[in-house]
Amino acid sequence: MISSLNISVEAGEILAVVGASGSGKSLLAHAILGILPSNAKVSGTIKFNGEILTSARQEALRGREIALVPQSVNYLDPLMRVGKQVRTSVKKGNEAKAQREVFERYRLKSDVDKMYPFQLSGGMARRTLLSTAMVSGARVIIADEPTPGLDPAVINEALNHFRDVADNGNAVMLITHDIESALKIADKIAVLYAGSTVEVAPANNFTGNGEKLRHPYSKGLWRALPQNEFIPIPGSQPHPSTLPSGCLFEPRCVKATLECTKAQPVMRELRNGIVRCIHAT
Amino acid sequence: MTKVDKNFYIKLGKFFLLKSFRIATLLFAICIISFLLIKNSPIDPIQAYIGADMLTVGPEQRERIAEYWGLNLPVMVQFWNWLSALLTGDLGTSMIYRSPVSEIISERFIHSLVLMIAAWLLSGIFGFAMGVIAAMKKDTWIDKIIVWYCYTLASTPTFWVGLLMLIIFAVWLGWFPIGLSVPVGSLAEDVSIADRLRHLILPAVTLSIVGVANVALHTRQKMIDVLASDYVLFAKARGERGFVLFWRHGLRNIALPAVTLQFAAFSELFGGAVLAEQVFSYPGLGQATVEAGLRGDVPLLLGLVIFSTIFIFAGNLIADLIYYVVDPRTREGWRI
Repeated sequence: MISSLNISVEAGEILAVVGASGSGKSLLAHAILGILPSNAKVSGTIKFNGEILTSARQEALRGREIALVPQSVNYLDPLMRVGKQVRTSVKKGNEAKAQREVFERYRLKSDVDKMYPFQLSGGMARRTLLSTAMVSGARVIIADEPTPGLDPAVINEALNHFRDVADNGNAVMLITHDIESALKIADKIAVLYAGSTVEVAPANNFTGNGEKLRHPYSKGLWRALPQNEFIPIPGSQPHPSTLPSGCLFEPRCVKATLECTKAQPVMRELRNGIVRCIHAT
Repeated sequence: MTKVDKNFYIKLGKFFLLKSFRIATLLFAICIISFLLIKNSPIDPIQAYIGADMLTVGPEQRERIAEYWGLNLPVMVQFWNWLSALLTGDLGTSMIYRSPVSEIISERFIHSLVLMIAAWLLSGIFGFAMGVIAAMKKDTWIDKIIVWYCYTLASTPTFWVGLLMLIIFAVWLGWFPIGLSVPVGSLAEDVSIADRLRHLILPAVTLSIVGVANVALHTRQKMIDVLASDYVLFAKARGERGFVLFWRHGLRNIALPAVTLQFAAFSELFGGAVLAEQVFSYPGLGQATVEAGLRGDVPLLLGLVIFSTIFIFAGNLIADLIYYVVDPRTREGWRI
């Protein structure tokens, strides 16, 4: 479940969306593309190029203007050769040429073209999924956990490629729980907690002990990383059916006061970022 | 020959070896069971052979016929005699048709085969199309009509549909003949293909409209599963929809299960043919089975049991083989 979520990503920019599992990251990606299950209830607006994305526009734009890099090999058709799956993602230009080039770029050998998804290793599958988005020529790329299971060299290459894509005037939304990788390339980081954004901060704020961060949860998340203090935040994320009535993080927050339990704080601008906390300074 | 090919043929060889062993043991078991069942049934082979003249046959003559046929030997000896004859290809002589069982079966099978192939193709094609349409338009009126039709037909006995077809199309409308496979009273060489077709249509349609239900419901469910899969979701995310989506991912993923299901349904086809042929007096295997059972023709009945076992086994074998050879996950599985 997602509620009270505000984010934006501009052309030439990489926005990383981070949060623990169950914070609604994949759901967000599917909502933007309009591929949520038919029983999903959706409210709110998504704008693309300043215009509201209606479901008709989503249908027209997905795969052309907005491309998805999904999570796992299950998103590839098990009975179609992977080369063909990449070629069918090409919207303009020579399909075979685009596929060969992108495979070369991701160091996928030419015989991978003729393989079926079940024959791919985890890393090859992710590179194939990346390839489908890269050849589509989309201006917005939404990558849903594109890096787990890849070796460091390929991760770096994938990340650099996202950077290239952004530098060429496109927008990239990188959905991940790997803050460390995200920081290498992202311009802005949005932190999700229990389906809502708690903070959107410039990437360079994630430094030191997190003094520059605004929200207690972002600070906690940053400090919980192994390379920092490695101190976990006590407690766990609330289940969507038992959300607190006030601030969603209040039950686990060290700064919580009586006021925090009354209503969910609204997003406010603070020091070149935005935050959903009444105590943040 | 590459390494992959070699491995494939070795695997295929093992597959056939295993299957041959299966059919051998299955047939042996079927032979014992059906022989014992018939031996212990109230069928009296002597009475079945002599028929109405039974009254004129005295106990002594009866005794001598039994001795001549070996009916007074121990059961296992009788079974052994029958089985060894069977192994040399001698299925015995039918008592009601007074000709070799193998001849009757092959002649009847040709008739049934035409009927079954027609019904098999019709129900396969229409059932598949209906299942796909229902799944693609799930929860719309067209889906509801198809599902309603399928449930109604799936719970309707074949012979009843046959009778209904006869009443409407043969009796009331007079479009088709009432029964048999050729016009009554005409010589074999005068029968044209058109005549045969006219006699074939009603039984074939009856068998198909019942068979369609099963195929359509299976296809619909499988298609719904495919449409709910991650790869179809991703295909939609890449802008595919409607017919392109169906063609690229839907058809590809349901064709194989549908085809194999169709081959595995040989048993239902055979069972349906027995009833439909009886209703339409169509001289096929099904009708011969009913006759053999009712009139106690033991050799013919046993021959038909063995033949139908092989027929159904062949259907299942083809289904397995298609999966084995066509599905890349089993075909190229050893590459990784």
